[in-house]
Amino acid sequence: MNESRQELNRNLAQMLKGGVIMDVTTPEQAKIAEEAGACAVMALERIPADIRAAGGVSRMSDPQMIKGIQEAVSIPVMAKCRIGHFVEAQILQSIEIDYIDESEVLSPADDIYHIDKTKFYVPFVCGARNLGEALRRISEGATMIRTKGEPGTGDVIQAVRHIRMIRSEILRLHGMDESDLFEAAKELQAPYELVKYVHDNAKLPVVNFAAGGIATPADAALMMQLGAEGVFVGSGIFKSGNPAKRAQAIVKAVTNYTDAKVLASLSEDLGEAMVGINEQEINLLMAERGK
Amino acid sequence: MTVGILALQGAFIEHEKMLSQIGVTSFEIRKKDDLHRHFDGLILPGGESTVMIKLLKELEMFEEVKSAIINGLPVFGTCAGMILLAKDVCNDKMNSLSTMDITVRRNAYGRQLGSFSAIAEMKGIGKIPMTFIRAPYIDSVKDNVEVLSIVDGHIVAAREDNQLATSFHPELTQDVSVHKYFVEMIRGTKSGRRSSV
Repeated sequence: MNESRQELNRNLAQMLKGGVIMDVTTPEQAKIAEEAGACAVMALERIPADIRAAGGVSRMSDPQMIKGIQEAVSIPVMAKCRIGHFVEAQILQSIEIDYIDESEVLSPADDIYHIDKTKFYVPFVCGARNLGEALRRISEGATMIRTKGEPGTGDVIQAVRHIRMIRSEILRLHGMDESDLFEAAKELQAPYELVKYVHDNAKLPVVNFAAGGIATPADAALMMQLGAEGVFVGSGIFKSGNPAKRAQAIVKAVTNYTDAKVLASLSEDLGEAMVGINEQEINLLMAERGK
Repeated sequence: MTVGILALQGAFIEHEKMLSQIGVTSFEIRKKDDLHRHFDGLILPGGESTVMIKLLKELEMFEEVKSAIINGLPVFGTCAGMILLAKDVCNDKMNSLSTMDITVRRNAYGRQLGSFSAIAEMKGIGKIPMTFIRAPYIDSVKDNVEVLSIVDGHIVAAREDNQLATSFHPELTQDVSVHKYFVEMIRGTKSGRRSSV
């Protein structure tokens, strides 16, 4: 992938900022999401909560199912492939997906290597729990980052932990003397050029969204106030009592994330939120996949 | 001079940075109250047009923005912003602001694999870098609209009085000339405008 392609792919992520990307499993759900104001949808066979409940190996979705969703909506369509599974990524590229999520939500296909994303024309978003992970994914060619959070739980604590971690590590680098950056790069296990970029600009070189466990408008606004540039909502919408209404409320919460009065009215009468599982109650930590 | 930037969703910060580079102050418009602050021009940024139209309506800003533009408020729409201005979107049902006599084709270059960058001529400015991200282009314009740029046979920039629209994103490049052009537009309409908005 040449540099201009990389730039165009970073640019698409910029267009998604201030928006909500929603997990959908059918064309009908995709339409509900689009009408509710999603800036993109993530097409997948099972949302994370159901993947968690079903257990077993979880893979890329059926291309036919993804195509059905591409036909149903006019907004960008994303899809997930397994960590390291570059053939699934090749397949997704061939059906002209707008963004590939190399995702820890699916079962990893490789426990050492992530996909060499510089070999692709379509853009990739990857999860990260800390700055080192984020910069390693960017050096592999990711053009967008999201916090991992803990998918399918409806528990926001991990997403909060990850965005706070990334933010504090960015500020730490920013405040460092330039001569310390070589050592910092070694610690972060990340390329010096990217470390230098973060030092100079006090931000990641790509857009950073929050994901994993966001279930309410308040959760979404919390992530925005902590510095996320947009949010992914997976199980939080279609596992709730009134998906369309909740989806709309989360979209508006992301736009007016600092206005508590607006947030209060958005939080009214949303029906049941997804049940949720506390982090202590789960056996499988998806965020531990792909470091 | 102050420019309001619609900040409901999308790449609005990029526009703020361009304006600050040329010494123009701006602020973000996120809700109805923000429309009551004073501003001399309005930018409709890139992002998802479906999201912006929905939020404009739900946040009860749609009619106010529309009538301000009809009453002469200088406006600059990029990509999704151009779709918001178009009277007609030929391949989609969109309830846009419908203030500009252009017919726009949405996602005209296809999905992300069709996104591209180019260097091309824009009338009144010269050669500039242009970034197209899942971009629309203009299928046709009415006589009152001036075509400002054509790339690969498609209209990608146009102006109708107080309204400027581009398919591409000057805010994603290093070149501030389109923003300067818009600021000049504001200066021009300001002196000739009948009443303030």
